[in-house]
Amino acid sequence: MNEVCFKNLDQKDAWSLKTYEANGGYSVWRKILKGEFTPEQIIDELKTSGLRGRGGAGFPTGLKWSFMPRNADMQKYVVCNSDEGEPGTCKDRDILRFNPHSVIEGMAIGGFVMNATKGYNYIRGEFMEPFYRFEGALKEAYDAGLLGENINGSSVSFDLYAHLGAGAYICGEETALLESIEGKKGQPRFKPPFPANIGLFGKPTTINNTESFASVPEILANGGQWFADIGVENSGGCKLFSVSGHVNKPSNFEVPMGTPFKDLLEMAGGVREGRKLKAVIPGGSSTPVLTAEVAMGMTMDYDGIDKAGSMLGAGSVIIMDDSTCMVEALTRLAHFYYDESCGQCTPCREGTGWLYRVLKRIMDGNGKEDDIDLLLGVQDKIMGNTICALGDAAAMPVESFLRNFREEFEYYIEHGKSMVKG
Amino acid sequence: MISNKAKKQIDTWVAKYPEGRQSSAVMEALKIVQAENDNSLTSDTIQAVADYLDMPGIAAAEVATFYENYNHKPVGKHTIRICHNISCMLNGADDLIAHLENKLGVKTGEVTPDGLVNVKKVECLGACVGAPMFQIGDQYYENLTADKIDEIVDGLK
Repeated sequence: MNEVCFKNLDQKDAWSLKTYEANGGYSVWRKILKGEFTPEQIIDELKTSGLRGRGGAGFPTGLKWSFMPRNADMQKYVVCNSDEGEPGTCKDRDILRFNPHSVIEGMAIGGFVMNATKGYNYIRGEFMEPFYRFEGALKEAYDAGLLGENINGSSVSFDLYAHLGAGAYICGEETALLESIEGKKGQPRFKPPFPANIGLFGKPTTINNTESFASVPEILANGGQWFADIGVENSGGCKLFSVSGHVNKPSNFEVPMGTPFKDLLEMAGGVREGRKLKAVIPGGSSTPVLTAEVAMGMTMDYDGIDKAGSMLGAGSVIIMDDSTCMVEALTRLAHFYYDESCGQCTPCREGTGWLYRVLKRIMDGNGKEDDIDLLLGVQDKIMGNTICALGDAAAMPVESFLRNFREEFEYYIEHGKSMVKG
Repeated sequence: MISNKAKKQIDTWVAKYPEGRQSSAVMEALKIVQAENDNSLTSDTIQAVADYLDMPGIAAAEVATFYENYNHKPVGKHTIRICHNISCMLNGADDLIAHLENKLGVKTGEVTPDGLVNVKKVECLGACVGAPMFQIGDQYYENLTADKIDEIVDGLK
């Protein structure tokens, strides 16, 4: 536990340059500055490590970096996505608060590999404590001569800046995020072209999640195989899981991929007040909900959660005990997507409103007999019909809640009150 | 309309972006101007930001209305932004919102008569393992209880 992003967590001033360097931090970056690493070597190590995008999509990081036209004769950018905000997800906040230098070093390494001399870290606007920590770490790194132009007399240059959001979940979508850095509404772009060709300010850009960048220095310091061996096949390394909801000790845990869900639940102190586990959302609010029975037999890795019928997402585990009204829980999630839809695509803009309003009317005791079919129909019309994944994210909980807990919705419609809460 | 102090702050943000891309600083510029104008924006202040950054007024207005953190109506000196989404809900956020409304004598969205506080119900603030939680200014307050809320709110000046 706590071997990579949370390596320094228990130490004094975990976020300081001094602590970071005492734990081997910037050793990879210093080797790069001395010419002891080539971009190809780094990409190979990352491919071996099995590191996959920690923001939710799970795309192999080494492969992503290899897509950048590193020899193109123009400015290129690396961008970090610290726009964390999907219900249940709160790991990047702790990386920025307690290990900001790992993000800086990871981004600098990415800049070197992709020949991008400028980087931006997009931090959500509400994360002011993490922002100040990151800014403090940036200053330390510049003062120590680790960033800038021709660093330490080498041919390597890298400048890094923090950009703050202003309250919009959609900016976690990578092309909406780029629009936002350009000072525009955060509305996702059509793809192709992909950011690796036309990204920030029209230039080749690669965007990775905070945890992905933060994992890179430790992977390269110890070797890709070391990281791969921590995890299981197809899911290299360890991963931060945010365990929240009805548990005794909610927290972020950095554990090996493949850890049984029941062990993770135990680390979080088990279900609160000795109540019974009812349901689990394993990867953040957009991933399908699972019944307790299925969840208890699942392992926490990409394939394990896929087999159970859901997705690892950002590793945001939401625990619900037997006091939870699933109609109420889904209504709250539907409100989130209704509120956060950017309004660009009709199926999502209108559909998320329909989902929320129909659920709300069920909760108000005015549900109609065919409302379940209506909800299933609306989510099906959103699914796959929008520019970005927010539409799918709004649809997936609806389908899975209705599939796994349909009787609670039927009861609510028939009796005008919750089957669980009365 | 924009103070010299605010202009200086805006300039430090403009410096982060390439030449000619000063409109990248619009999100922060709007926040800075909002902060020195009783925490809300008007079409005049939005236009002033646009003029300062040499961008069309409509482009700045789009940003000011798209993102959550800009106010277009008077708000309190302090905005309590309380999360009501899933992890907070499972940990009693609805009861705490009711407690807050009772204590202050206002509904979410309203400002207390003395202009000190308003309560805003917000979606996830990314601190789910500290649920229930709210934000006042730059600060997050986590693992809230009714007693803890009383202590924090009573300390607001």
